[in-house]
Amino acid sequence: MTSLVLRQVRVEYGGCAVVSSVDESLAAGEWLCLIGPNGAGKSSLLRAVAGLVEYSGEIAFDGVALDALSARELARKVAFVPQNPLLPDDMSVSEYVMLGRNPYISTFGRESVRDRGVVTALVEELSLSVYARRPLGTLSGGERQRVVIARALAQEAPVLLLDEPTSALDLGHQQHALELVDQLRRRRNLVVVSAMHDLTLAGLYSDRLLLLHQGVGVARGRAQDVLRSETLDEFYGVSARVIHEGDGTVVVVPQRSHGES
Amino acid sequence: MTTSRAFDEARGSRVRWWVLGGVSVVVVGLLGLALGPAGPAWWRVPLAVLDRVPLVSIDSGVTDAQWNIVWQIRAPRVVLAALIGAMLSLAGASYQGVFRNPLVDPYLLGVAAGAGLGATVAFSVARGTTSTWPVDPVPLAAFAGGVVAVALTYTVGTAFGRSRSATTLVLAGVAVTSLATAVQTFVLQRNNDVVRQVYSWILGRLTSATWGDVRLVIPYVLVSSIILLMYRRVIDVLRVGDDEARALGVNVNRVRVVVVLAATLGTSAAVAVSGLIGFVGIIVPHAIRLLMGSSNRVVLPLSMFAGSAFLIAADIPGRLLTSPSETPIGVVTAFFGAPFFLFLLRTREARQ
Repeated sequence: MTSLVLRQVRVEYGGCAVVSSVDESLAAGEWLCLIGPNGAGKSSLLRAVAGLVEYSGEIAFDGVALDALSARELARKVAFVPQNPLLPDDMSVSEYVMLGRNPYISTFGRESVRDRGVVTALVEELSLSVYARRPLGTLSGGERQRVVIARALAQEAPVLLLDEPTSALDLGHQQHALELVDQLRRRRNLVVVSAMHDLTLAGLYSDRLLLLHQGVGVARGRAQDVLRSETLDEFYGVSARVIHEGDGTVVVVPQRSHGES
Repeated sequence: MTTSRAFDEARGSRVRWWVLGGVSVVVVGLLGLALGPAGPAWWRVPLAVLDRVPLVSIDSGVTDAQWNIVWQIRAPRVVLAALIGAMLSLAGASYQGVFRNPLVDPYLLGVAAGAGLGATVAFSVARGTTSTWPVDPVPLAAFAGGVVAVALTYTVGTAFGRSRSATTLVLAGVAVTSLATAVQTFVLQRNNDVVRQVYSWILGRLTSATWGDVRLVIPYVLVSSIILLMYRRVIDVLRVGDDEARALGVNVNRVRVVVVLAATLGTSAAVAVSGLIGFVGIIVPHAIRLLMGSSNRVVLPLSMFAGSAFLIAADIPGRLLTSPSETPIGVVTAFFGAPFFLFLLRTREARQ
C-alpha cells in the first residue's frame, strides 16, 4: 500500500527552481534516501514535505494533500529533524521531548497524562532516562541526536524526515543513530525520508535511493543500481571505486584521480 | 519513572515559586503602604490594613486623617507600581521570547517614542484646547501616541514581503522611533517653556498616582496579561527557532503578531500613566532567567510577580531620599537595577 506520494513537486527560490518534477511514492515502513551533491535540492525537497517552503505539485499522505492541512494537523503527519537543530542550552531533555507533543496540546492548554506517558515511554525506549533532567547544553553530539529523534517521534507522525542525521557524528555514533532509526521505522511502520552525504551508509540502511542533481531526480532504485562509478563521476564529478559485496552491500571508496602519476 | 517524576518535581517547584512570588508582592506592598514622609508610624499601617479586613478588628491607633494619607496617597501608588511593574516585565519577557532576543525591551516597536511625542504635544501645542477638559489629557495623548507609533511600525514592517519577518519589524520600529523623536525634538524646540515638564514625564513618575490612574490602566493590563500568559507555553516552543516551531505545528507568524500586539497594548497603557520607566522590562525577566532558567512557562508569570515587587520597592527610596521633591522612579530603577544585574551576572559566571 502506498502512503506518501509526491507528484511533480517543484520548489522555487526567487523564480529559480531548486527542485523540479520529482515523483516518488513510498509505502509505510519504507526508507528512502536522498543523495546528491551539495545544492542538489535534497534539503529543499525535505522542507517541502515538512511544509516549511512553498511548492507546486502535490504531496499527499494516504490520499490527503498535505498543503490542505493546518500546521498542527501537518505536524501530526510529518515529523522533521533538521540538519542543525537549535537546542536551548538550559532546557531539560524531558522538556525538549515534550515539545514534540505540541501538535496534540491545544494552544492554551497544558500537556495531558497521555502526553506525559508518550514522552516517558520514548525517553525510556531511547535509553535517555538517565538524562531526563539534564540540560541539553551538557549533552554530547550522539546524545543530542538521540534527543532530537525522540522529540520527532513524540509527534507520533507516520512520516519521519531526517536532514543529514549523521553529519555531526563520528563513525560509531553514525551507525548507532541509523540503527536506531531503522529499528524504530520497523517497529512503528514509519515512512522515512532522509538526506545523506555518506553514500555507503545511505545504501546500507535505506531501501531505495533517489539521486538528485540540480533539483531533478536522475537515478533511483536500490543501492546496487544507483551507486555506480559512472553515475558518481557524472553527477558528483568524482572518481570513486564502487565495490559490490556478495551480500548486496555497496561500498563507495573515493580514489585520487591524478595522484598516481 | 524518573521522567514522570521529573515532570512532577518541575510542577511542584513552579508552584512553590508562584507562592513565594505572591507573598513577596504582598510584603513589599505593605512596606510601600507603611513608608513615607508623612503619615502614621510605619508599624501601625499593617495593623490598620488588617483592621479593614472583614471580621477582623484591631485597634491600630491610626487616625482617620492618617489613614487617608495611606489610602488616598500611598495605596494608589503601590497598586499602580505593582500593575506597571508587572506589565512592563511581562511585556519585556514576551517580546524577548517571540523575538528570541534577550536585549529586546517593551519599548522596541516605538511605543516609548510615540508616547513621548503624544505627551509632548499635550503639554505644549494642545495645551490651550485641552486645559478645559475634565480629565488629564497627557495619559490619553501618550496612549494614543504609543498605539499610533506601533500601528505605523507594524504597517511599514509588514508592507514589504509576505514573510512578516521579525527583523523587518524591529528595523521598522527603529525607524519609527527616530521619526517620532525627531518630531518631538522639533516641537520641544518651539516650546522651550515645557521642556522641564516633558523631561520629568520622560523619566517616569508615580508621584501623582490616583485611583483614577489605576482604573484607567487596569483593563488594558488585565487583557494584555491574560493573553500573554495564555501564550506562554507556545512562546516556549518558539525557543527552538521559527522553522522547527512551525514543523511542530505552531503558526509562528500569528503567535508573534498576537503576542506583540498584546504586549504593546499593555505597555502603551502603562507608559500613558507613568511615563517611561526604563530598565524594568529588561532587567526583571533577565534576573528571573538567571535564577530559574529560560523556560518561558516559568519566566513569564514569575516576571510579573518580580516586576511588581521590584517597582513597588523602587518607588520607596524615591520618596524618602530627597523629600519633599522626589527622585523620579526611572532614575531609581536604573540606579539600583544596573548594579543588581551585574551582581547576578557575576554570580552566575562564578557558578559555571
